[in-house]
Amino acid sequence: MNTTTRHTLAVDCRALTKQYGQGENAVQALRGVDLDVRTGEMTYLVGPSGCGKTTLISVIAGTLDRTSGSCHVFGDDVASWGERKRAAWRGRNVGFVFQALNLVPTLTAAENVAVPLMILGEGHDAALKRAATMLERVDLGARTRSLPAQLSGGQQQRVAIARALVHEPRLVVCDEPTSALDHETGQRVMELLRSVASRDDRALLVVTHDSRIFALADRIAHMDDGRVERVESAPSSH
Amino acid sequence: MIRIALRMLLGDKLKYAGLVAGLAFATLLITQQGSIFAGFVLRTGAWIRDTGQADLWVMDKQVEFTEDRKTMLDSSLLRVRGVEGVEWAVPMYKAYMPCRLSDGTRVVVRVIGLDDATLLGAPPIIESGALEALRQDRAVLIDAADAQDELAIREALGDTSKRPLQVGDRLDLNDHEMVVVGRYRRTTEFFWDPLIYTTYTRALAIAPPERRMLNFVLARVKPGYDHDAVAAKISELSGLQAYTEAGFEARSEEFILRKTGILANFGITIALGFVIGVLISGQLLYNFILDNQRSFAAMKAMGASNFMLLRMVAAQVLFAAFVGFGIGVGLTALSGNFLEKSELAFNMAWQVPVFGGIAILICCLFAAALSISRVLRLEPAVVFKG
Repeated sequence: MNTTTRHTLAVDCRALTKQYGQGENAVQALRGVDLDVRTGEMTYLVGPSGCGKTTLISVIAGTLDRTSGSCHVFGDDVASWGERKRAAWRGRNVGFVFQALNLVPTLTAAENVAVPLMILGEGHDAALKRAATMLERVDLGARTRSLPAQLSGGQQQRVAIARALVHEPRLVVCDEPTSALDHETGQRVMELLRSVASRDDRALLVVTHDSRIFALADRIAHMDDGRVERVESAPSSH
Repeated sequence: MIRIALRMLLGDKLKYAGLVAGLAFATLLITQQGSIFAGFVLRTGAWIRDTGQADLWVMDKQVEFTEDRKTMLDSSLLRVRGVEGVEWAVPMYKAYMPCRLSDGTRVVVRVIGLDDATLLGAPPIIESGALEALRQDRAVLIDAADAQDELAIREALGDTSKRPLQVGDRLDLNDHEMVVVGRYRRTTEFFWDPLIYTTYTRALAIAPPERRMLNFVLARVKPGYDHDAVAAKISELSGLQAYTEAGFEARSEEFILRKTGILANFGITIALGFVIGVLISGQLLYNFILDNQRSFAAMKAMGASNFMLLRMVAAQVLFAAFVGFGIGVGLTALSGNFLEKSELAFNMAWQVPVFGGIAILICCLFAAALSISRVLRLEPAVVFKG
């Protein structure tokens, strides 16, 4: 990490809990999570399956309500807002790379990448132009008109990354971005994510249990049973 | 996002084709049955429209449709002529009579007696012979289509084939020998019995005797007078009922629709078309939305509001409805092109596609409402699940 980088707090979660269901069927997914995510860093959330990683990023990204505690993202308490305001906030501030990618199969790569821009109200042609530029940054400039089915797994992942970054969000949330990729492709995808997404004013939060890519993280938060057990700084090799 | 929504719709060609085909089929069912129904309705007034010279039709108050024989006093004609605004008025006789053809075939026919002096009320197209020939002794005019069908005759005993009745042939009306002096063409009617024209005096002479014989008075309104006002005046002063051409047509239509149950029968078919449309398009739309649920959820996570998703689904539904409806109406028009050349009733009046379009729209909106509720209930967090 560049030593001149000035870190500010992107995510500030305190005593965060999330319970699914009621009574006997209640499942406590988060049991008092304390977590800081800083700008200019790539933070990994790691832990065994079912430890609450996905629930935590869902709450942080404003797609899921917390049960108690606090969670401020760039100073905003998103959970206290109505759905409409929250959706608009997500559109402006959060970029998503989903585990299942969720590319629209009937749209071209450029159209898929342009979707967040169009959600923000950008015109169709202008959005496609910016999407094409973004695809060039992830080395897919020649595949703008390809449908997802015509792309390899690694290429689809790069389209998903381009879609997450095209509207220049301040927080990028990635859920298991390498789970469907072989080691080499996974490594390349994460390097690409780091190279195009790392900015002083941007934070990257990556959920993974792929230990092969741990070396690319700035900080790693270890979760277990709904809690962040410890946060460790990764080797400063980046 | 509307373009994106349409791209999502058009991207899966097979599903899109299925959706459009379902909507086109529903449209075809609704508009074709609607057109056939409208064709039948139009036929109920065909004779009135063919008798085009009169502005007003005057008849007994109890008459409900064109074939309803409820007679009036002969003096009714004079009473109508005496009403201010009436330029002329002529009598018309119409009744069913037994008819025997020269080969012994017996049919029931409708006989119309026209005013001897003017022959007003005659059919519009004389195919062979001449209208004036009706003034000859025992003269009748027959319909060219009837001549080839119910009035066709065998030349000799034992002949298997029949030939059309022609000018110069003879037939018996109520045991009175008549001579065919001409053939005319008319619009196909709702009623099917052959229609034979003769003069009023001759019709009375051959008809079974009744105390009153006059059924209709045809009247022309003087220029500058309002037709409805003169009709109302006739009704008021004569105790009869007077209709404009459109009014009598509407009265006949209403009676036939009420008495025959034709409206309910076609209504059931049209309703079935609607239900099938709702089921097919509903199922396909629902599946389409379900297939795209994850994409919609992803968009929701990326900041799309419910209103935006609602607009996207609405655009997809309306586009599919528009294309399906267009194809369905096109197929109906194409089938009508063939049907019009046959004996089958078909009238694609402007109301048919308008009401068909509204039905398809309701059908699609209903189906969309079922599907959209799933999209609106979507938790954006669902996209994080693998």
